[in-house]
Amino acid sequence: MTEEKGKKKISILVFSTEKISDPAIDLAGLLKQHYPPEVDNISVPCSSGIKPVWIMHAFERGFDGVFIAADGTDCPFGETCSEKTAEIVSRTHELMKEKGIDPAKLRMAAICSVCSQAFVKLVKDLADYLDETS
Amino acid sequence: MKSRIGVYICECGSNISDYVDVEKVKAAVEQEEGVVLAKITMFACADSTQQEIVQDIQEEKLDGMVVASCSPKLHLGTFRSVAERAGLNRYNYVQSNIREQASWAHSDKPAEATEKAIRNVKAAIARTRLSVAMTPSMIPSENTALVVGAGIAGMRVAIDLADTGSKVYLVEKDHFVGGRTAQWGELFPTGQTGTEVIEDLYREVGKRENINLYTGCEVVSKSGSMGNFEVQLRIDPRGIGSGDSTAVPADFEKRLTHAIDACPVVVADSFDFGLTERKALYLNPGGLPGLPAIDRAACTRCGECVKICPEIDLDQKEELLDIKAGSVIIASGFDPYEPKEGEFGYRQIDNVITMQQFRRLIEICGERLTFGGKEIKSIAWIFCVGSRQTGALEGDNKYCARYCCTSAIHSAVVAKKRFGDIQNYHFTRGVRTYGKYETIYEESSSLGDIYLQSFEDDPPVISSENGTTTVKINDILTEEKELEVEPDLVVLVTGMVPRAGSTIGSIMKAPAGLDGFFNEVHPKLKPVETVIDGIFLAGTSQGPKNITETAMSAHSSAIKTHTLISKGEIELEPTMAIVDRTICEWCGKCSEACPFDAIDEVKEDTKSVAVVNEAACKGCGMCLPVCPVNAVQLKGFMDSEIEAMIDAMSE
Repeated sequence: MTEEKGKKKISILVFSTEKISDPAIDLAGLLKQHYPPEVDNISVPCSSGIKPVWIMHAFERGFDGVFIAADGTDCPFGETCSEKTAEIVSRTHELMKEKGIDPAKLRMAAICSVCSQAFVKLVKDLADYLDETS
Repeated sequence: MKSRIGVYICECGSNISDYVDVEKVKAAVEQEEGVVLAKITMFACADSTQQEIVQDIQEEKLDGMVVASCSPKLHLGTFRSVAERAGLNRYNYVQSNIREQASWAHSDKPAEATEKAIRNVKAAIARTRLSVAMTPSMIPSENTALVVGAGIAGMRVAIDLADTGSKVYLVEKDHFVGGRTAQWGELFPTGQTGTEVIEDLYREVGKRENINLYTGCEVVSKSGSMGNFEVQLRIDPRGIGSGDSTAVPADFEKRLTHAIDACPVVVADSFDFGLTERKALYLNPGGLPGLPAIDRAACTRCGECVKICPEIDLDQKEELLDIKAGSVIIASGFDPYEPKEGEFGYRQIDNVITMQQFRRLIEICGERLTFGGKEIKSIAWIFCVGSRQTGALEGDNKYCARYCCTSAIHSAVVAKKRFGDIQNYHFTRGVRTYGKYETIYEESSSLGDIYLQSFEDDPPVISSENGTTTVKINDILTEEKELEVEPDLVVLVTGMVPRAGSTIGSIMKAPAGLDGFFNEVHPKLKPVETVIDGIFLAGTSQGPKNITETAMSAHSSAIKTHTLISKGEIELEPTMAIVDRTICEWCGKCSEACPFDAIDEVKEDTKSVAVVNEAACKGCGMCLPVCPVNAVQLKGFMDSEIEAMIDAMSE
């Protein structure tokens, strides 16, 4: 992510999960695997419980991008988590289009409890994309 | 709406305050709506600070509390207890993680880390303002533990847990129990052999009917969560009987010995670290269960063994076993460090071996200590090989492997006492025979062992010419005088590294640290817990330990596991779906989305509505996003709370 003088810094809201992706994000910190500090985090029990209205609220409040650090196949609540989280993203993409927001600003990926490197790479990728398109 | 909130910003010693300007965070949040008190603490988790918070809650009549500190994985329970001790409901407490997710994650950008910490704390305050008092829910738990690895740690955990009444599945990947300890001879300071220690533990395991031991067994998959893990095990066939060595014909043992002799396949014996060879049908020295096993990778199925011993079954198939367990203890052990080719002459100079090889060498030699046909009268011990790799020493292992100084010096003393006239030269980087183990260093010195020392930027150099091996050192104990020794044998004092090729970490999703060993949540406060609820660590899977420390960590894991699973139920967060009946018009989508059948249709006066069965709801929230009229909310994660956090972060 570039930080040109005077240019607004890219902000990203991450929805993570208490049991699965939070440990990975903590691990990234523990291992000093740096990622953009403008990445904020709200932790929820399960990624398939994230409401599209929350995501839309984040965009309305000025977040440039949203990343869902999903449970994936490790979800403690059931095997359908990935499919349901993907459905949430798909429906939110439609809402974003209606509001004229680029759907690529919302991304999701399964982040297992040890996937700190994957998390760092994916939020950096999103930050780079947002920076290029801002 | 909470209006008397106390905020505590922790420096965590300097873990947070080195990168986050905590004074700036305090100044930024103390005027937030509802905040009546904001304090900086050196250690929020310290007993004295906890007492201070209790006092604040009571004296200031706080109705909400935020601690900005480390990950909730570490101290959420601590501060919830603080709140409860002061009479505040634990769910009116919110933890803001400004260590892992601000200070450490952005240590490269302290100013930005501080800004992020401010946003996080403001979000926590916003959430606290809207928090409500709740009561935890309970789920049933299997009083069963899966222990992975049947070495010292695994067997110790299994015995302890079995004695508390838990059922235990003890699984060992190898066909013989005992792990690395089974390979060692005399141990310090007890004088017992590794084999004797393992025999004692194995005997105790056998006495307990609630321990199911499976050898040649690996974990294949895991699903479920704390209290209710579903695990699939794969049992590799031993090829002979069922592993029960007590119910066998009288001549069975003799025929098995002949069958081993008849086996034409010869491979390097990993039990002796390649110093000797064994057959494809093999029994480790002192191996338990005391029944040979077939090395399927090496076996050619020629059938020579079956001709002598028809009880051998070359067609035995692997078995899959599905089990349920309330918790899992990883006790998968360690590997000795394998030096790279040429590292201190390893694999390039004939008389250079590792300490682990030496330990086996003194067990397989008779009355004279020989190596490569030559009697050994002098030994050079090169310390810290594969450990403390800094300075001129290439490698990623920055840690001290701890046990190896004591083990090397003890091995030198054992060799000297057992084989007589041997001169030991110890090329150290400072001797770390800590605690009670200092006595072996004293004994070694009194027996005439010579100690030399170098720094990491100038390690000893080993060379060989015309069959003579030379070790040179600029000895800092004699003002860096260049000294050289021509030993008969060079022993590289190699430390511990994580088990190679182990899949248990990825299956259990247990995080490892930079050193590759499994990570505990906190080295002092949660030393055997992982961040994955219900998964614990024991022994050297977590990092270098000697046998005493391994046993202690195993006891600790057993206690923590017992605390979790023995009650038959586990406390869960009271996060539960609630339906606003005034706007719900039953469509069934929430019920379809629920994986636990926790939502039913109930007919009211004029319409049908969704009703949540509180006993069945697990609080996942899958029913939330599918409601077309947004009638479903999750306690603790209400729209108002999430949106307030977003608002606070985006200010």
